[in-house]
Amino acid sequence: MSDIISVNGTPQRLPDDPRTSLLDFLRQHIGLTGTKKGCDHGQCGACTVIVNGIRINSCLTLAAMHDGDEVTTIEGLGTPDRPSDLQKAFLEHDGFQCGYCTPGQICSATAMLQEIANDWPSDASEDLEGPPQLTGEEIRERMSGNLCRCGAYANIVAAIREVAEKSA
Amino acid sequence: MTAHMKQDKPDRSNRLDAMKQGVLGKAIPRIEGLAKVTGTAPYAAEYAVDGCAEGVLATSTITCGKVLSINKDAVLGMPGVIAVIDDPKLITRAAQGTADEAPQQGPKTVCYWGQPIALVVAETFEQARDAAKHLAVEYREEEGVPLDPQAVEPEEQEDETVRQGDLAHAMAKAAHTVDVTYTTKGHASAAMEPHAAIARWDGDKLTVHASLQMLNYNISELADALNMEEVDIRLISRFVGGGFGSKLGISEEVVAAAIAAKELGRPVRVALSRQQVFQCIMRRSETTQRLRLAAGEDGRLIGFGHYALASNLPGETFVEPVLQSSHFLYGGENRELMLEVARVHRMTAGSVRAPGEAVGMPALESAMDVLAEKVGIDAVELRLRNIPDQNPEEDLPFSSHKLAECLKQGAEAFGWDSGLRKPRHSRDGEWWVGTGMASAARVHNIAEARARVTLKADGTALVETDMTDIGTGTYTILAQLAGEMLGLAPDSILVDLGDTRHPRGPGSGGSWGAASTGSAVYVACKAIREEIADKLGVQETDLDLAHGTAASGEALVDLLDGKDIVREGHYEPGDIEDDYTASGFGAFFAQVRVNRFTGETRVDRMLGAFGFGRVLNHKTARSQCLGGITWSIGVALTEALEFDPRDGHLVNCDLAEYHVPVNRDVPDLEVLLVEERDPAASPIQAKGIGELGMCGGAAAIVNAIYNACGARIFDYPMTPERVLAAMPD
Ligand code: FES
Ligand code: FES
Repeated sequence: MSDIISVNGTPQRLPDDPRTSLLDFLRQHIGLTGTKKGCDHGQCGACTVIVNGIRINSCLTLAAMHDGDEVTTIEGLGTPDRPSDLQKAFLEHDGFQCGYCTPGQICSATAMLQEIANDWPSDASEDLEGPPQLTGEEIRERMSGNLCRCGAYANIVAAIREVAEKSA
Repeated sequence: MTAHMKQDKPDRSNRLDAMKQGVLGKAIPRIEGLAKVTGTAPYAAEYAVDGCAEGVLATSTITCGKVLSINKDAVLGMPGVIAVIDDPKLITRAAQGTADEAPQQGPKTVCYWGQPIALVVAETFEQARDAAKHLAVEYREEEGVPLDPQAVEPEEQEDETVRQGDLAHAMAKAAHTVDVTYTTKGHASAAMEPHAAIARWDGDKLTVHASLQMLNYNISELADALNMEEVDIRLISRFVGGGFGSKLGISEEVVAAAIAAKELGRPVRVALSRQQVFQCIMRRSETTQRLRLAAGEDGRLIGFGHYALASNLPGETFVEPVLQSSHFLYGGENRELMLEVARVHRMTAGSVRAPGEAVGMPALESAMDVLAEKVGIDAVELRLRNIPDQNPEEDLPFSSHKLAECLKQGAEAFGWDSGLRKPRHSRDGEWWVGTGMASAARVHNIAEARARVTLKADGTALVETDMTDIGTGTYTILAQLAGEMLGLAPDSILVDLGDTRHPRGPGSGGSWGAASTGSAVYVACKAIREEIADKLGVQETDLDLAHGTAASGEALVDLLDGKDIVREGHYEPGDIEDDYTASGFGAFFAQVRVNRFTGETRVDRMLGAFGFGRVLNHKTARSQCLGGITWSIGVALTEALEFDPRDGHLVNCDLAEYHVPVNRDVPDLEVLLVEERDPAASPIQAKGIGELGMCGGAAAIVNAIYNACGARIFDYPMTPERVLAAMPD
């Protein structure tokens, strides 16, 4: 037990209260409010962050369970001065409206593209063995854990597709 | 200095089209977008405030009755707990849109299951949540209160009633008639950001960061609730994580945070849980609707009847305005329209995106599909034949009317095949494939608004108003408007929104924000242009400004000579609203597939064509339409509030059980913006677009389900079991 969690490369002391979710730790304790709370029950994806390279709902896990883990939040993916490719593509394609689901969408998409690169299949994959194709259906399926009530899905898919195709 | 414009007649000067910057309407990215995609845009709960205590609302576990006692001491002994507040000033419902006064107060009286009854405040959120859960409350329950809208005697909304000619007679003699009854379930706004507020006091001055849509109304609602003067209150809502009607009026957390912060002498944050947002904010009422259509051989309507029943809590004035567009969308000289409300003890019914048309249009437009089939003409043609020349109930012209163009251009772009109107014409494996269409209509609203524009000596500009951007694109379109008028690039314009310290307007709601506050910005900019024209010794109408320079060669900065020009624009709609019927119009086309064995419906593709006046930004306007169409999919297929018949509590009060469309539910969507100028709608010739995109879209899907598999269903949403049950063998 080191009681230390790394957030965007900065070591942080884990909270004393074992009830504190990773989400509340990020938002309330260390002021990283880019990660959003939409439901607190793992139902919306607004709180998606990347832990040791894997996307998770940070509301569904306690901070205390992440001793020694490396967490990347939206603030760690890019900044207003140096936005990531996905952040730029979301802006260009208007992949959001109110912006509340957006950090979760972008964290999710970042890790999702890695999942495709790692050949993880999904429900939309034609073939469980071969590498998944970057179809619209594949992106939609893999992004369906991130709700957007503004209904920006069509633009979200376009933004992700553009980045995926550029890096392919 | 204030420049005032009262619009009593159409503004045909169309000044905006004479401007030279060329930025208005352009599909530029949102100017606040970078903050949103990098997670640096602060929403209500996210301000770092020193010493902030955390409040969690405790809510009722009975439907109706009295709170006899709350065992405060037990939870006050829990770690970190500071206070349990059940002040009689706490509000127990959210205010209706434009209420302008406090909603129901007094947490001792319970009117619906899940109503807030107290606020528990602690040092941390975890402590407050735990204590709120453990709060022991003793109630006296009132038994047998009405819960089922079908089981009570409804009240007629008399000003909605229209009786013209003799509908019964028309139904009896018409060549073709349709008499069908639809039901729609309740809907939730389900904005992704749960309602939240941080309140802090500085002496007698209160500042609240809140997630609200209409600050100018909200400040008076809050002042009324707290017995305060508006001047002592400041409300800030710079970023709002979606509203869709749920944040029109102040809600329970705002008042609770303010009272607690005062009592404790320190800032207090209160954020609703997702379940609380469902349970104690607003629902769209369920409806029952009867449509009667009487048509001649050629499908032209001679009779039109639309009856609707909605519900609300006792004492609430809002009734889902189901018939709003039915009053003028189609002709038919014999008319009967009536709206009734049933008083039941479910949470407050209020505005959810496109109140009225969101459920009225899906029913009407499904009934029109039934009529098209009976008459034996194409569904698009039936609509075209029934577009009235003027409002069929009042002697009023339309301010502009793009329904025919939307129908035709939409049909063309979609590849609408009027030959394939018999169900089950196409199959793809286990899926029936079919298409459907529907008209769109949504009344145009506009209201008095003020905004201040400062043209700064350095050649940049500042726009200030309390208007909010709830995802609609307000920041960007106001920068484009000011940029167009003043000859500046939008990136040299700072737009400062969502603060009651600024000049006020009606806020975001009823799709009226862009036209109202946009007009105020226009009026302010026009006054600034007059001042510049004066300096140059020319008429304002002869002044061409672009890229910071007048056409005659002078740079704006030189003309300003070290001095800012500040103007407040004040726009009032005036009498024009009495002279025209103003509405956005459009058309939806959908292709769906319906599974033969499971009854599941998937939307393959969808197109919407919309005419709503001037398009202020093609990117954000299109996004509004995409959002609306996405909501249509929810209305058609999945969204339904389910109430327990025993105690009226909402059963599916979270995002796992209330099904908003997810990414995979939404196919490629196409949007056609049928541009027009509506001089009567506003001096910027724009109408609202935030809601039109969902007004009727669900019917296109439902009509496509029929065309695909032959299942005619009259109960929304069209869940697999309903489709399966209605599917012919
Ligand atoms: S807040 Fe974590 S999934 Fe919704
Ligand atoms: S942008 Fe508003 S919820 Fe997605």
